[in-house]
Amino acid sequence: MAGVYSCPLFVYLAMPLEGIYLFGLLAGALALLAASGVGSLLAGRWSERWAVGIGAGGAGLACGAGLAAAVGALLRRVDLTVARPWRMPYGEFRLGLDPLSAFFLIPLFLLSGLAALYAIGYFRSWKGRNPGRFWLFYNGLVASMALVVAARNGVLFLAAWEIMTMASFFLVIFDEADSRSAHAGWIYLVATHLGTALLIGLFVLLGRAAGSQDFGTYAAPAGMAGGLFLLGLAGFGTKAGLYPLHVWLPEAHPAAPSPVSAVMSGVMIKTGIYGIVRLLAILGTVPGWCAWLVLGIGAASGILGVLFALAQHDLKRLLAYHSVENIGIIALGIGLGMLGMTLGLPGLAALGFAGGLLHVLNHAIFKGLLFLGAGAVTHATGTRNIDLLGGALKRMPWTGATFLIGSVAICGLPPLNGFVSEFLIFVGAIEGIIGGDAAVLGGAVVLVSLALVGGLAAACFTKAFGIVFLGEPRSGMAAMASEVGLSMRLPMLALAGLCGVFGLLMARGVRWMEPVVGLLAGGMSPAEAAPGAVRALVPIALFGLLAALVLAVAALAGIRRRLLAGHAGRETVTWDCGYAAPTASMQYTATGFAQPLTQAARGILRPQIESKLPSGVYPAASAYRSETPDMASQLFFDPLFRRAAWRMGQLRWLQQGRVHWYVFYIVLVLVLLLGWALWA
Amino acid sequence: MKLASWLHPILAVALAPLLPVLIQRVKALFAGRCGPPWGQGYRDLWKLLRKGGTYSRTTTWVFRAGPIVQFACLLVALLVVPAGGLSAPVAFDGDWILLAYVLGLGRFFTVSAALDTGSSFEGMGASREVQFAVFTEPALLIGLAALARETQSLSLSPIYAELATGWELPLRILLGAGFFILYLAENCRIPVDDPNTHLELTMIHEVMVLDHGAVDFGFIQWGSALKLWVLGALWAGLLPLGTLPGPLTRLAAGAGGILALAVLTGIVESVTARVRLLRVPQLLVGAGVLCTLGLLLTIR
Repeated sequence: MAGVYSCPLFVYLAMPLEGIYLFGLLAGALALLAASGVGSLLAGRWSERWAVGIGAGGAGLACGAGLAAAVGALLRRVDLTVARPWRMPYGEFRLGLDPLSAFFLIPLFLLSGLAALYAIGYFRSWKGRNPGRFWLFYNGLVASMALVVAARNGVLFLAAWEIMTMASFFLVIFDEADSRSAHAGWIYLVATHLGTALLIGLFVLLGRAAGSQDFGTYAAPAGMAGGLFLLGLAGFGTKAGLYPLHVWLPEAHPAAPSPVSAVMSGVMIKTGIYGIVRLLAILGTVPGWCAWLVLGIGAASGILGVLFALAQHDLKRLLAYHSVENIGIIALGIGLGMLGMTLGLPGLAALGFAGGLLHVLNHAIFKGLLFLGAGAVTHATGTRNIDLLGGALKRMPWTGATFLIGSVAICGLPPLNGFVSEFLIFVGAIEGIIGGDAAVLGGAVVLVSLALVGGLAAACFTKAFGIVFLGEPRSGMAAMASEVGLSMRLPMLALAGLCGVFGLLMARGVRWMEPVVGLLAGGMSPAEAAPGAVRALVPIALFGLLAALVLAVAALAGIRRRLLAGHAGRETVTWDCGYAAPTASMQYTATGFAQPLTQAARGILRPQIESKLPSGVYPAASAYRSETPDMASQLFFDPLFRRAAWRMGQLRWLQQGRVHWYVFYIVLVLVLLLGWALWA
Repeated sequence: MKLASWLHPILAVALAPLLPVLIQRVKALFAGRCGPPWGQGYRDLWKLLRKGGTYSRTTTWVFRAGPIVQFACLLVALLVVPAGGLSAPVAFDGDWILLAYVLGLGRFFTVSAALDTGSSFEGMGASREVQFAVFTEPALLIGLAALARETQSLSLSPIYAELATGWELPLRILLGAGFFILYLAENCRIPVDDPNTHLELTMIHEVMVLDHGAVDFGFIQWGSALKLWVLGALWAGLLPLGTLPGPLTRLAAGAGGILALAVLTGIVESVTARVRLLRVPQLLVGAGVLCTLGLLLTIR
């Protein structure tokens, strides 16, 4: 069905091709997002309710339509491109829908739609601000992300990429009263534009070799594939949050309003992964060292991400570091796939790519859920500091239960969705270990990193869930918490349900992943072997065991109920070892819980500790405070930017503030350019 | 053959309560006491399952779910673990990943249930438990990966069936030592933890379950015994038993190996002291190193 159609938009809709209908649905969703964003802004001048209604309603409707289009396109294996002229040098309005794009569109529309519903309840009061300002940027962000994934022209891609960056920047600084969010937004803007600069270089080089900016014509010039991949990895990796380019994540995610954090962490950073994967599909083959590089960066992101997460006290900052970790897991999968391609092991390639890509979808679901849960806790208590929380499960039963499901899923534990994608990567790693000698090292790196990350993630999320939701409240704020409203609860419930459904369904078979994986592993000679292998990836027995696990829990719960039926359950206080007056502050804190591990890793974490230890026979008040700043920021980026600022400062004499000097500079540049043009 | 493979999980559930008693009797022998009667494990379970519970007002449903999930996880784990060359009821590529991860799920809920009490003792136990798991989980997976490479197989049952025939003594010794340390650590045995200690401050696993009683505690006790069995089976499979005829002989040999390991544990508990808490990670890293050496040994 691959084909290029060049005719007015309404004709697409009339074309008797299923793929084209789906395409029309996607185009309609994009148009609706743009229209409802602007409409919300205009309506907000006279009515808050109308602005929210138009903005959220448009987002929800468009996301539903887009989701239908994406799922349909993936199931029907649609592969088509549509082009319309665009008055832009080298630019063309060329959009495509293929299995890879459709696969990335699914979590994008799913999470964005649910987060829009959540946002209605999250912004209880707009404090006199025009809600249209939020919805314009939110809907713009969703539309631009979809455009990034669908674009098939370099200029269009970069334009969409830039709209996405700016829209998300304005959402990060939406709470402008908070000076910290302005600072976070600033870091985000600088980091992401450095990445964009590299991407412009990448597309210029690709387009120069091809003579056009059409993705279809791109081909790597001989000997340059490795260099181009490196450029793309750095540029896209900044957006994705690969170590050490992740520095903006732990700043921007906590600063943004929670529905925005969920969308940014759940899907926006995945556009970086999409870019890397699309680049791989375009380049076809890359040198072997690229695979090793991706594996190494994946391992570093995974392990360092979760280690720094362990040391955080801010719930949303903790989750932001976990995004770095999960992007690392995705990179491990993709690196394994690339290694399989390089070494000519189709099974390894299929397992790696399938696991990595599936984790993109899974991470969107559970990380979106966790950010929404964190937002609900912040909303109810007014604090994000884990050490001040506690006992929230009793006060917010729905938020607590869904947060627990998200926590189990993100640790990759069965029977939820996180386990299935990690399982695929694990099996890929073992395949590498038992396979040829060259793949042993790759397999072992992945196996050890994943195992280590798994253990640390379990430590981190028993901490996050256990300290925030269990035990007794550690502050008055936490004790006053109450469950959030229906519009915030529903999205969390839906996502938690999806964690379970996807866990069981994906274990049943990931057949619908075949076209996506086939696209990536298609460049190698046994092209058919790779997609075929995907079918056998998830054995039916695994599904049986996961189901058995659920049934065993249910059966044991029933047995327990029957055994306890005749007895009156007594209630008392927790065993306190004879101490008569326990207080909530005697409980373990998040800092204390993680201390053995953070202490063991202090060489890497380098925490800044201020402590006043108790001393004397009658010890008075004591205090302990620890702060763990980011290693990459501290050791590399901060010094770099300080030096850069100092160097730039030396050029300040150029800026006199007098207009005629500036006119002179312009004339000087024009003369130089004229001279260069005449001479060249 | 397929039907016979179901005998192992059934036997394990039935016999597992014997293992802690066996260890205690070996220790009693060393100390010159007579030790508990053989049926003590069953008698405790019978008593606990009939009792009514007392619950802290701080706790929620997570506290009650902890023992159930832990027990269910071990039941599922039993389904993929082979014994004495007898293949497990369920075998598929990568089943040992599931094994490691269901143990992880059980731990997640045990730790959460401990934190649910709001007690500082149980928080301490929980914190130590997750710390040690960070070291044991990779070591176990590396060790099993070494076995997978040695036998060129991705599933536990063929791995152990193949292993029963061969004679790779260095690999067996390295992994045997590594798995033994993991067995002691995961089952909260001396030198990592002391199940018989009376001081909450020094406990790890026992302190996490201080507040549980009645049927919940029964599930915990039974689950702990099953964990001894599951990890014991992984160790016992390393013994060079050769290919035994008939499933019943294999089952008997597997169970014999697991019981022998319990005797060995009793001896270790009698003759060694606990290592200092700060040294435990070093011991566990040692297990990881042994398993990694095993993996390196398979790359010739």
